[in-house]
Amino acid sequence: MTETSLWMIVPGNPGLSALILFVIAMPFLYAARKPVHALVHAIGHLAGGPLRLASKWLIAVAKEMRERNRQVLLAHGREETESHIAREFERIGALVRRDLEGYPALQRRLLDEITRVEEDYKKCGEVPPPPPEWVEAVDAVAKVKNGNELVQRVLEEINRSIKTIYERTLTEYREAYESRHEILNGFMPFWRSLQRTLSQADGHITSLNDKASQIDAQMDKYQEIVKKTDRAEHILTISALTQFGTSLLVLCIAAGGALINYKLIALPMSEMVGAGDYLTASLRTSDVAALVIIFVEATMGLFLMETLRITHLFPGIHNLSDVMRKRMMWFAFGLLVTLAGIEAALALMRDMLIADKAALLQSLSAATPQQAQGNGVLAGIPTAGQMLLGFILPFALAFVAIPLESFVNSARTVGGAALVLLARGAAFALRLVGNLVRSLARVVITLYDVVIVLPLLVERLVVKHKHADVLDHDEETLVARRH
Amino acid sequence: MDRRQFVLALPALALAGCADQKSHAQAVYMLVDTSGTYAEEVGKAQIIVNYLLGSLNSGDSLAVARVRSRSFSEKDIIAKATFDGRPSQANAQKRAFRDEFEAFARNTRGSAYTDITGGLIQGAMFLNETGAGKKTILIFSDMQEELDKQTQRDFPIDLKNIRVVAVNVVKLKTDNIDPRRYMGRLEEWQKRVKGAGASEWLIVNDIEHLDRLLKT
Repeated sequence: MTETSLWMIVPGNPGLSALILFVIAMPFLYAARKPVHALVHAIGHLAGGPLRLASKWLIAVAKEMRERNRQVLLAHGREETESHIAREFERIGALVRRDLEGYPALQRRLLDEITRVEEDYKKCGEVPPPPPEWVEAVDAVAKVKNGNELVQRVLEEINRSIKTIYERTLTEYREAYESRHEILNGFMPFWRSLQRTLSQADGHITSLNDKASQIDAQMDKYQEIVKKTDRAEHILTISALTQFGTSLLVLCIAAGGALINYKLIALPMSEMVGAGDYLTASLRTSDVAALVIIFVEATMGLFLMETLRITHLFPGIHNLSDVMRKRMMWFAFGLLVTLAGIEAALALMRDMLIADKAALLQSLSAATPQQAQGNGVLAGIPTAGQMLLGFILPFALAFVAIPLESFVNSARTVGGAALVLLARGAAFALRLVGNLVRSLARVVITLYDVVIVLPLLVERLVVKHKHADVLDHDEETLVARRH
Repeated sequence: MDRRQFVLALPALALAGCADQKSHAQAVYMLVDTSGTYAEEVGKAQIIVNYLLGSLNSGDSLAVARVRSRSFSEKDIIAKATFDGRPSQANAQKRAFRDEFEAFARNTRGSAYTDITGGLIQGAMFLNETGAGKKTILIFSDMQEELDKQTQRDFPIDLKNIRVVAVNVVKLKTDNIDPRRYMGRLEEWQKRVKGAGASEWLIVNDIEHLDRLLKT
């Protein structure tokens, strides 16, 4: 008899055997109903309780982390906005010093020019010709009716005199007009000067207005940060995310540059430190040396940017005195130039080594040696290019400090937000699992009752019958008491 | 050493501690059969040597020895070199090596007997002395060993952790009559080499597939 058939009460009929076993087990299962229910319930609680507790703890942690992130973010944003506003004020100060320092002189010049123009204007006022008083005398003589010759002669004389006077007066009048036109012509340079001066002043005032509006915007932002509004937090978070993404992209590009740099100097480094030494199974010492040189270059670039106060990663460097800082700057720059020179030399050596190796392989191969293609100038272009690249790349790598600073600053915010998200996700998952376990316990309890449905039905009938008996007995007792 | 010097020396010590002590160098010992008519195959040996020179790197070792009537001797080593760590020096060594072997190939003369076992023992000794991580013996021969009556080679040899590659194992006239002789010869050598503790036994007859000679 095999092991599987041991439980078979009716040999060769597993279905009937199972049914008989089930019927035999049913009273026992019914008897154990309450303890089994309690056990499943307890297991559900045992598993679900800690999960719910852990979920609550994670939610609390996420809340705390979010609050801390918010504090850090707002503090950082506040600091940044303060420095931004301070920088704008510095710029405005410089603008005011540069453009409006000479404003009193400008005003004086304007007043002088206006006074002069006014004076000239007064000068060119039209002077009316003197009233012809003798016209009345002519009228009186003309009224004499008789044709006296004397009167006629007088009139003729008067006519002649009038013509002479008229011509003289007209000439004077024309001369006066000419002189006024000349004065008016002389206005033009003053008007132009006035216009230029006023345009200049207008331009200065406009640029000041622009700066003022920028400061207004920054001040609004600052006020929101101080009030710790959700909008400020949202803006700062978005800004940090953008900064993080951008700096990451630039760092990736820089990593590509560093890789090219590494390829340039890895082979010739083996000429300096030997190609046979290994640090690990696949990592040569010469490769590590090349990497170290690149890292040192990046570090020197970082120090250079720090000492130039472009980045602010090391407070120690910023706290140095100006003399010390400048010394350090020159030292870092000198090292950078030296390393760039070494790289250029290594790039040249790389080219020579490759050419030597190629010549060796060609001489070892059975094929007849081929003539070198191209002339010397063309062949020299890649070498010169490699040397130039070797010299330039260290300086290009120096600028990595700027995106690195942005990356470090924004990584705190982004990392914090990611942690909060992770904690919330984990809390949700734990809560879900806890609820599932508790629900599963309820399902198991119900299933247990389904399995022992027959004894339960019997129990229900018995209880019902008993209940009916008790009611009958009570009624009989009541009737007896009444009688 | 004061405290400051100690702090400065710490990174250097850490780096030295990290250094991989295991040798990553490769050492190759090539036996070139010069007995009888096989001496005519020396041109192919030149191609293989050139391939090895082009493939081995700085720090690797290469030795080429001839197989004669009695080959257990340093005098049978035609050329040997451990290539310098500096690639430029290594290239110069390779050129000199090639020239030495070319000179040998021009003046080679056939020997009366073929002592492959003696060459194997000599090669194993050379390779173990180099301390290289990967050791290979290339046997450029028809693998037909013929010893004079006085030469004793019927004893166990030690080829532990050494790859043995038979190259250009040409068929003899008798093999053409009965190929089982050829198969049997190779099987016998395989049994002997494996029995001596060799890490691998390989046959490369097509010199177009020389990339299998060296273990990467």
